[in-house]
Amino acid sequence: MKTSLRFLLPLGLFIGLAALLFYGLKLDPRKVPSPLVGKPVPQFVLPTLEDPDRTVSDADLRGKVSLVNVWASWCVSCRAEHAQLMRLSRTLKEVQIFGLNWKDRAEDALRMLRLSGNPYVVNAYDPENQVGIDWGVYGAPETFLVDQRGIICYKQIGPIGPDTWEQELAPWIDLKTRTCREPN
Amino acid sequence: MRLYLLGLLALFSSVTAAYTLEQFQFDDPKQTLQFQKLIEELRCLVCQNESLASSQADLAQDLRAEVYEMMQSGKSREEIVDFLVARYGDFVLYDPPLKPATYPLWFGPLLLGILGLLIWVRVIRSKKRAADRELSEAERQRLQELLQDADGDGKQA
Repeated sequence: MKTSLRFLLPLGLFIGLAALLFYGLKLDPRKVPSPLVGKPVPQFVLPTLEDPDRTVSDADLRGKVSLVNVWASWCVSCRAEHAQLMRLSRTLKEVQIFGLNWKDRAEDALRMLRLSGNPYVVNAYDPENQVGIDWGVYGAPETFLVDQRGIICYKQIGPIGPDTWEQELAPWIDLKTRTCREPN
Repeated sequence: MRLYLLGLLALFSSVTAAYTLEQFQFDDPKQTLQFQKLIEELRCLVCQNESLASSQADLAQDLRAEVYEMMQSGKSREEIVDFLVARYGDFVLYDPPLKPATYPLWFGPLLLGILGLLIWVRVIRSKKRAADRELSEAERQRLQELLQDADGDGKQA
């Protein structure tokens, strides 16, 4: 009994450690959880990308469910997710896709929208990363799911894939009440 | 050939045209030091093993400028750190605060150390006990026999 414990204990410790490290392999250190989830969106006023004389603000996010998509024309992953945003803008009528054009040049951004389509209801233009810092943006693309009260339900870091809405985002929003919920 | 060299030169000079900290100067040299110390303690979210002071990432430059502006407008170190933590989380701190979520981080190594120490002490003790033990009468006889065999003709075994 005692001998078997002497051999089983190190084996058990090893298996425990190996399981922990194996679990660690699956975590992505680039995905830093945002402290903003569950809180109201930061206040902002920015000119629109489409027309510098018009402005948008956090008030434009109230009353509707929004996907706030942080993007730039220089960002390769943003181009990769663009087709998915186009698809969501056609199929997901309950949700408005709001763009935050980040650290970009207006002419480049507008050209990209002309050439590959515009999934956004409107774009806030933030070339100097003024609003980006308030939202805790540290790379593009990032997408915030915001409910009708202006509360951030979820933050998606990295590009949106074909299943991202269904699997990652949709569980966090109740589209009937248009408010955040905990996934079951 | 000359054109080629010129092209190479242009390429490398653009690579080395990196950010410097020189643009962040304060009237008070003490504040410059405070600024440099603070950005050493903050982590860049893009190059995660670099501080804000050493990172060449574009975002790090934005955040350095933000910290600089806040210091210029008279914000305290705590206010600046709180500002960044509210947006980017504890992750921006190289020195994470003590709270339930970070207990494993703070106490895990200590616990592992204590566990190792306990195992080590046990092993040492059990070895010592084995060495100290007196031989029984039967064992002593057997030892004598073996020693005599070895002293004998040595042809055995």
